[in-house]
Amino acid sequence: MGTTDIIVKLILIVVIFLISLVVAMYSTYAERKIAAFFQDRLGPSRAGPFGILQPVADGTKMFLKEEIIPANSSKFLFIVGPSLAIMTACIGSAVIPWGQTLKIGTYVLDLQVTDINVGILYIFGVVSLGVYGVMIGGWASNNKYSLLGAIRAASQNISYEIAMGLSIIALLMTTGTLSLKEIAAQQHGWHWNVVYQPLGFLIFIICAFAETNRSPFDLPECETELVGGYHTEYSSMKLGFYLFAEYINMFISSAVMATIYFGGYNFPFMHSLGLSSNWVTILGVIALFAKIFFFIFFFMWVRWTIPRFRYDQLMDLGWKTLIPLAIANIVITGIVMTLFK
Amino acid sequence: MEALSNKRKVLEAKPLNIWERAYLPAIVKGMGITLKHFLFTKAVTISYPEQKREFSENFRGMHSLKRDEHGRERCTACGLCALSCPAEAITMISAERKPGEENLYREEKYAAVYEINMLRCIFCGLCEEACPKEAIYLDGDIVPSDYLRKDFIYGKDKLVEAPLNQ
Repeated sequence: MGTTDIIVKLILIVVIFLISLVVAMYSTYAERKIAAFFQDRLGPSRAGPFGILQPVADGTKMFLKEEIIPANSSKFLFIVGPSLAIMTACIGSAVIPWGQTLKIGTYVLDLQVTDINVGILYIFGVVSLGVYGVMIGGWASNNKYSLLGAIRAASQNISYEIAMGLSIIALLMTTGTLSLKEIAAQQHGWHWNVVYQPLGFLIFIICAFAETNRSPFDLPECETELVGGYHTEYSSMKLGFYLFAEYINMFISSAVMATIYFGGYNFPFMHSLGLSSNWVTILGVIALFAKIFFFIFFFMWVRWTIPRFRYDQLMDLGWKTLIPLAIANIVITGIVMTLFK
Repeated sequence: MEALSNKRKVLEAKPLNIWERAYLPAIVKGMGITLKHFLFTKAVTISYPEQKREFSENFRGMHSLKRDEHGRERCTACGLCALSCPAEAITMISAERKPGEENLYREEKYAAVYEINMLRCIFCGLCEEACPKEAIYLDGDIVPSDYLRKDFIYGKDKLVEAPLNQ
């Protein structure tokens, strides 16, 4: 790897980092606006035209708020919690293939930070790390509500990770690779994995809701029971980081879903349009982002439709329904593969 | 025992069938309903300072002290409004009309100071019912918000109607 490669990779990392931050920032705006439309309201409309500057105002407010660290809390861990939450949220984007290659002169630019051959495993590792931010923050607060929220988050994430992993196994049986780049390349044109794995996708998306702590599985921050859940004691930008991490997680899991089930940067008839490969790549990036934004919208759509699960129902669904379904999915996939190969 | 009214209905909790227990059909249906709201229903919001809700004709808003047909203040500072006020929001100091002020005040006595505390006022309208001179009406707009309590005590400068020929 030469110097140019390193510089190009650094630029790519910064660009992807900025994109995920901006998308997360405007997800907060979109969430408020979409929630308003679902409820026949207008939503934020004062800061700038159509309230477009609302995230900036929110961020400024978060930074200017008084920062309170409870006297009886573990101060170091209290700060580590939100830092860990936002860090693990941000590093997930490293293995996602954002597009094919761009040819600039003789240089071939690969629109993926790194193509490790265990990409999906990496994503799972990062996602499981995310729960530490919530747990450490909730525990360090020295508050029973925070602790309850943290315990819920931990048990919920562990339960749903199993079903998520099992649903992925069926996918890996058909793709035969863990590399996200190859998985995306295999779904050329219309051969999206969701067509072959509809049940697996259903289980995966339900688990994604649980992993990102989104409604209807937002029990860790269940405000009707737990005040604010794990971030009850947090204020200022530390609270902001927790909320922000949720939106980045949503962006990353939307990107993962789009990549492994909805063809990533592939779109129908991508090579019969007669365009040069650079244009196909650019259109592919746009297609990927369209899919990602659809999933983000879907996350919000579900949030403003479905009420929150009760805790025992949550565990019931995870252990008694999703895990058996995922195992059945593996078995069916195996049988079909054996019969038709 | 037999119920006399015959209105009693026996309800039994039926166990959910497999379709209902699967959650998903109901969720899809619910999401269809919310999508209908997202796409088709217009927002019912009234963006307040720019748009205003239409009030009914007998809406009771901010008070105004009226003038008669010659532009003279009707109020004679009799104090009946203050007496009738259940929230004790009204207070006044009366004064005697001097010669030469006949074009300002209709009667020999008038209110030199007339104050309504808008934070105490409950907009019941008893003051306008009590007034024998038809001098006070709650026909104004919503009382605007402010930062300090003292700014909610409205004096004659805010309450008295604008003079006729101006």
